[in-house]
Amino acid sequence: MGPFDYTVLVPSLPFLWTGLQFSVHLTLIAMSGGIVLGTLLALARLSGPKPLSTASAMYVDLMRSIPLVMVILWFFLVIPLIIGKPVGAEYSAIITFTAFEAAYYSEIMRAGIQSVSKGQAMAGYALGMTYGQNMRLVVLPQAFRNMLPVLLTQTIILFQDTSLVYAIGAKDLLKAADIAGKNYNRPVEMYLFSAVIYFVICFSLSALVKRLQKRYAVLR
Amino acid sequence: MAMIEIRDVNKWFGRFHVLVDCTSAVDKGEVVVVCGPSGSGKSTLIKCVNGLEPFQKGEIHVNGISVGTAGTDLPKLRSHVGMVFQHFELFPHMTVIENLTIAQEKVLGRGRDAARDKGLSLLDRVGLTEFADKHPGQLSGGQQQRVAIARALAMDPICMLFDEPTSALDPEMIGEVLAVMQDLARDGMTMMVVTHEMGFARNVAHRVIFMDQGRILEDATKEEFFGTPRSERAQTFLSKILSH
Repeated sequence: MGPFDYTVLVPSLPFLWTGLQFSVHLTLIAMSGGIVLGTLLALARLSGPKPLSTASAMYVDLMRSIPLVMVILWFFLVIPLIIGKPVGAEYSAIITFTAFEAAYYSEIMRAGIQSVSKGQAMAGYALGMTYGQNMRLVVLPQAFRNMLPVLLTQTIILFQDTSLVYAIGAKDLLKAADIAGKNYNRPVEMYLFSAVIYFVICFSLSALVKRLQKRYAVLR
Repeated sequence: MAMIEIRDVNKWFGRFHVLVDCTSAVDKGEVVVVCGPSGSGKSTLIKCVNGLEPFQKGEIHVNGISVGTAGTDLPKLRSHVGMVFQHFELFPHMTVIENLTIAQEKVLGRGRDAARDKGLSLLDRVGLTEFADKHPGQLSGGQQQRVAIARALAMDPICMLFDEPTSALDPEMIGEVLAVMQDLARDGMTMMVVTHEMGFARNVAHRVIFMDQGRILEDATKEEFFGTPRSERAQTFLSKILSH
């Protein structure tokens, strides 16, 4: 293989870019879907009727107790059986990550809802708000704001975890680097380069979270 | 006619009997002060009136509507029963004016402009117009409590409940809040006030209820109460509170 040769990076940049785009898309969709679903799970757990609350708790505990790679593989095998036709690795990855991350976001939102004092909800009810209005207008906005740094941190972890879709052959950044590395017979350079991209993105996001936390520390 | 009617109300927290056979009434336009040592159940009682706390036995009627009955539309009932809390409970993520308009718009269905006009006129009434676009965290405790009173008034309440409105305030801010409440009473608002402010009771109240260990021990006109309370417990309470 000889010494490092970074000239192969330039022609493969467009290909790596499509891979990165998928990784980012997957992260954004799984984040939005996961937060919405996770919030519903948290509400069900905190204020739903007993069976719903138990079901929510079981779902969250189940997801959090299985390695992500196995969930990715299982969903890849099971979803086609449920809907009767293959969905492709990319769609399978999106569904899996949304469902899986919802469990983690749910625990964050649960802590967030509990961080809002009971008096706030009482004030909402005293003004004639229904449960839904109270949650939407009073409790959740505050819960979300209190948990923003933690939600972002979870999203950084999510972004790193998307590289696991490699296992089902979805074309994310890592898979693209893998393919390009094989094409040019330069796997080491390609893996190194993709690692640098992951690092730069995650490190910048972490810095943003730190700044957010500082701003909140001042606000209080 | 009784605006608030409380009949044989009993409440348990687990095995702890917090309210024991409580019976009283607040007539339209009447100001009733509820006092008593801490842990006597007075805050719990006032929270039962608008159904924020459930109770297991007895009946409470507000403007003829039964609070404890299963079919009652509690949000609707609460929307015209104003409540002011010990810790203000303004919504910290909204500006002062948003605090005053949100329930008008979302609960009463008022238009944006109408709600804002109403909010601003009430801020003027409590003397805080210039704080409309500030956040609650930028206001002093006394100012926050005046905003909280304005927020409750924005719903055009038929009666007002105050749960220790001055207990969390620095002494120099108590006066400004009591002044707003005194104004309200003078305008004929029906008020049920849990408070230790005996000066307010003397000046403004028509009747005083004294509670201890979940029971209403005295339910008397102000003159009777401050003259010669019948129960020994109320006498000791008064002598402790008035000696300061």
